[in-house]
Amino acid sequence: MTLDKTALVVDNNNNSTEVNLTGSASDTADMLDMTIGETVGKALLEDAKLNVRHANVFYGDKQAIHDISLDIGKNEVLAMIGPSGCGKSTFLRCLNRMNDTIPICRVEGSFLLDGEDIYDRRQDPVLLRSRVGMVFQKPNPFPKSIYDNVAYGVRLHGLAKNRAELDEIVEKSLRRAGLFNEVKDDLHKPGTGLSGGQQQRLCIARTIAIDPEVILMDEPTSALDPIATALIEELITELSEKYTIAIVTHSMQQAARVSNRTAYFHMGKLVEVNDTDSVFTTPQHPLTENYITGRFG
Amino acid sequence: MELGQHISQRYNQELENIRNQVLKMGGLVEQQSINAVKALLNHDPELAREVASRDDEVNSMEVAIDEECTRVIAKRQPAASDLRLVVAVIKTITDLERIGDEAQKIALYAQKLSLRDTVNDMHSELAHLSRRVLDTLRDSLHAFARLDANQAVETLGQDKHIDKEFENLSRLLITHMMEDPRRIKSALRVNWCARSLERIGDHAQNLCEYVIYLVKGKDVRHKSLEHIRAKHFPMDDEETPFVTPKLAD
Repeated sequence: MTLDKTALVVDNNNNSTEVNLTGSASDTADMLDMTIGETVGKALLEDAKLNVRHANVFYGDKQAIHDISLDIGKNEVLAMIGPSGCGKSTFLRCLNRMNDTIPICRVEGSFLLDGEDIYDRRQDPVLLRSRVGMVFQKPNPFPKSIYDNVAYGVRLHGLAKNRAELDEIVEKSLRRAGLFNEVKDDLHKPGTGLSGGQQQRLCIARTIAIDPEVILMDEPTSALDPIATALIEELITELSEKYTIAIVTHSMQQAARVSNRTAYFHMGKLVEVNDTDSVFTTPQHPLTENYITGRFG
Repeated sequence: MELGQHISQRYNQELENIRNQVLKMGGLVEQQSINAVKALLNHDPELAREVASRDDEVNSMEVAIDEECTRVIAKRQPAASDLRLVVAVIKTITDLERIGDEAQKIALYAQKLSLRDTVNDMHSELAHLSRRVLDTLRDSLHAFARLDANQAVETLGQDKHIDKEFENLSRLLITHMMEDPRRIKSALRVNWCARSLERIGDHAQNLCEYVIYLVKGKDVRHKSLEHIRAKHFPMDDEETPFVTPKLAD
């Protein structure tokens, strides 16, 4: 199996269709040798929110991502799984240009948000990040009050005309993040005084306050206990009605629970992407199978 | 399917243990069926009693394996081929237990002296049907033991032969009943035995379907054999980009 620049789309009935690219049917013998080859499953979608084609990312000389083509659909929750160092976080960070801040990082390929080039010279990264919000692994509230944490982005982007409107946005965001009832009497206490799970929900409230279109989550629950995790997962499901969500997670059960589609990354390549249901019951690539059944190692 | 190679050795052992227990249960159920048929054809009430008394063993194995599967689901959250293994096992043991019940029914009839003449009259037909059923059962258990989807789909094709033989036997028995109404009772009982054999064949078919599910990840229940062959067993295997399980050494 060659590693040429092709991506093959294979649907659940094993009918392969080539989308804008060329490729041949997967070779079973090669698969058992654990070569990665073309992405199996359904990487490309019609009418997607984000289109990524032939993404290559380098840190200095080291290539972190090899020729990934992947679409993220509207109102979809896409889970990205894979062992540490497989490039899933790097890929996620490309989607709102978080890698811009790393001087040795070089990004190639095309990244389109609603058909608009994310890496276009005229694209303002700050505006872009207001459309593509991000929630990080460790809750990182600003050292400000709960109210100001949520209001910060709203003020920055001038999204509220007056104080009353700002109050309303803050309350609505906290409500949507499922935090309002817990903090409504303490809105002017510091955000850092909340518990870990509450802080993470505060960060989510801060993200949705500026009404983004896409929310990127980089292991949002890895520092949280099971109850806080369940609350966040519930929230992800609710948020997907309004937003497109891409989530990187180390918990395969979490990916299985919250996502519509799951993408498996391995050594900087996209091995398989398909409906979550089929990835967790009948993965097509042996590497995916090994990883989700705990045979990786 | 590599049952081994999990990062967790204990998990390996748990899955291996489940599989071994199913093989053991399959072996016992097969032996029960063979003995029941033997007891019926050879008029061996002693053997028939033994079969009837061993059914409890089959039942308790079903319960034990079921519990083990529940434990693995709770503790390990199996996915992909591991999940399919556990699900297939839970279904398989239900069918195995039913086969055990059918064997027990045959054994209970085999203890009745009144059946003797009718069984003798029907001896070759009964022996023929039994052989087909027992072969099918053996093949389906082999398919599970080797995780051999090809053998499973071949074995699926046996059902129509079994049904035909059962029908022929039934027709013969009806003729007997019409000729000599005093034999209706015993003829009916022989027919029940034949019916049990036919049911064992049906359960063996189910086992094959679970093997195909386990190996290919496709649910082929309630599908025609032609459909299964055409869809999931294309002549050219290269067209199936799917993780083909293979047995650990």
